[in-house]
Amino acid sequence: MKVMRIKKTEITDTFAEAFGMWGARVVITADTKQWARAAAASMTGFATSVIRCKLEAAVECEVPPEATPDRRPGVSVLLFTMSSKTIAGQLIDRIGQCVMTCPTTAAYNGLESEKTVSVGGKLRFFGDGYQISKLIDGRRMWRIPIMEGEFLVEESFGIRPAVGGGNLILLGTSQRIALRAATAATNAMREVAGVFLPFPQGVVGSGSKVGSRYKSMIASTNDRYCPTLRSIAGQKTLPANVAAGYEIVVDGLNEYVVKEAMRRGIHAAADKGTLIVTAGNYGGELGKYKFYLHDILN
Amino acid sequence: MSATLLHLHTQPQVPLEAETLSPATIAGLSELGIEHLQVMHGNVKAKVGDFFKVTGKGTPDIHIEGDLAKVKMIGACMSEGRVIIEGNVGMHVGIGMSGGEILVKGDATDWVGPEMSGGRITVLGDAGHMVGSAFRGQSTGITGGEIFIHGSAKNEIGNSMRRGLIAIGGDAGDFTAVSMRAGTIIVMGKMGVRTGAGMVRGTVVCFEESQILPSFEYSCRYQPLFLRLYLIRLQEHGFEEKINDKHINGNYERYSGDAVELNRGEILLFSG
Repeated sequence: MKVMRIKKTEITDTFAEAFGMWGARVVITADTKQWARAAAASMTGFATSVIRCKLEAAVECEVPPEATPDRRPGVSVLLFTMSSKTIAGQLIDRIGQCVMTCPTTAAYNGLESEKTVSVGGKLRFFGDGYQISKLIDGRRMWRIPIMEGEFLVEESFGIRPAVGGGNLILLGTSQRIALRAATAATNAMREVAGVFLPFPQGVVGSGSKVGSRYKSMIASTNDRYCPTLRSIAGQKTLPANVAAGYEIVVDGLNEYVVKEAMRRGIHAAADKGTLIVTAGNYGGELGKYKFYLHDILN
Repeated sequence: MSATLLHLHTQPQVPLEAETLSPATIAGLSELGIEHLQVMHGNVKAKVGDFFKVTGKGTPDIHIEGDLAKVKMIGACMSEGRVIIEGNVGMHVGIGMSGGEILVKGDATDWVGPEMSGGRITVLGDAGHMVGSAFRGQSTGITGGEIFIHGSAKNEIGNSMRRGLIAIGGDAGDFTAVSMRAGTIIVMGKMGVRTGAGMVRGTVVCFEESQILPSFEYSCRYQPLFLRLYLIRLQEHGFEEKINDKHINGNYERYSGDAVELNRGEILLFSG
């Protein structure tokens, strides 16, 4: 097996296995940055993994007023689901329950695509017949009367095929070192436009594998990387000097941005003393995309 | 591809109906072919070449020079391309247009953009009566598109309009938005009387104080977020001197009406 190192960090000759998903981008604006952030935080809650949340979502970036449709402070949110049929419902639920309810906000489509789903076109019924539509520069907006004035939401949101489940696994000689490296990696990965890291602060403390010995579980703990299971027969994956590991999951609007985020993440993790960078896969049997770590670095 | 240039060499004695002066008709024709297109000089058939010198083959990009105040129906039924009029223009400019752009660098007379459903007409000067309005006897005015008048316009702007945006940089005459079905009219100067009479739905915005019909009722003073999108767009289309941050961030008094109709229309008056 070919050995690759960045400084003292070993890069395993393996690949991250990722899946095809469907993505949408919502630009939330508000009178202040704080309210826009509050709406985005609410909207992206319980959205770490499609395994149980049925959606993966996170803040992509903050958008300065000069770049938002209404010139107010904004936050860009990316939301991915496994099917184009389920994304509309998620957008309607989350914009309706988390954005419309947040003071002074508005929600705009942030993804140009031929394929669209009706969101404002459904949420408008909250207006109980008093809603008003406006066609502005080819974009249909709905004005929904609410207690503070009006909520403005775009009728249609673009959706497009996307990539979910790109990942890195960072192993360190201590939990503190591994987490420091993971934090540095996530900070570097977030700089890439079009990607998001759906887990808390981008870091997964409890990476999972597919399946379980229990029939009711579709995923269970990734025992190969659990340091407490090292001494148990059959769990010999971890080198002796690895004390802890973290996974970083990265979703993106296309495979190129996922690759770039992974590349930056590997370098950042190596700079912070990670012992080993590896990745999670299922033998290449399940996912559409394979991101070979050595290829990414080359 | 260079533009097709038409220069008015003979001023018509009576209105000239020149619906053939449109990208929809001219594109692809030779100079000779364009000169032989028919126009109506009053009730007499004539040719484009009788009034215009044509330079260049027919393209979707047309420049017309001269005082065209008596030339009607320029840009009729165009769906793409661009017409630039280096002077005044006559009635019914852009009639039935569904796309493309018309730029009038002078004034326009009455009935700018009748039966329009898309595209954009910009008049840098003033306009006459009935901007974006329905013809007499018709129930519906424009059903889409944008009409930007940088100067003032006279009576019955947006009569029975159903969709679209009309922006007036100066003053508006009487009966703005009369019988309006839907759409948006923004007046940056003063409005005449009886605004929104018979209005069903739609929005009229005015930056100045205005008389409100008794069949409209005061709703509230608020900051309409949707209006920011319109005003930002208009700033990007040459109205930056007339639309300030105070208009974008400011409050508007909302009046609902017309109560003699569905009562779902609104007049928004800037209030600082």
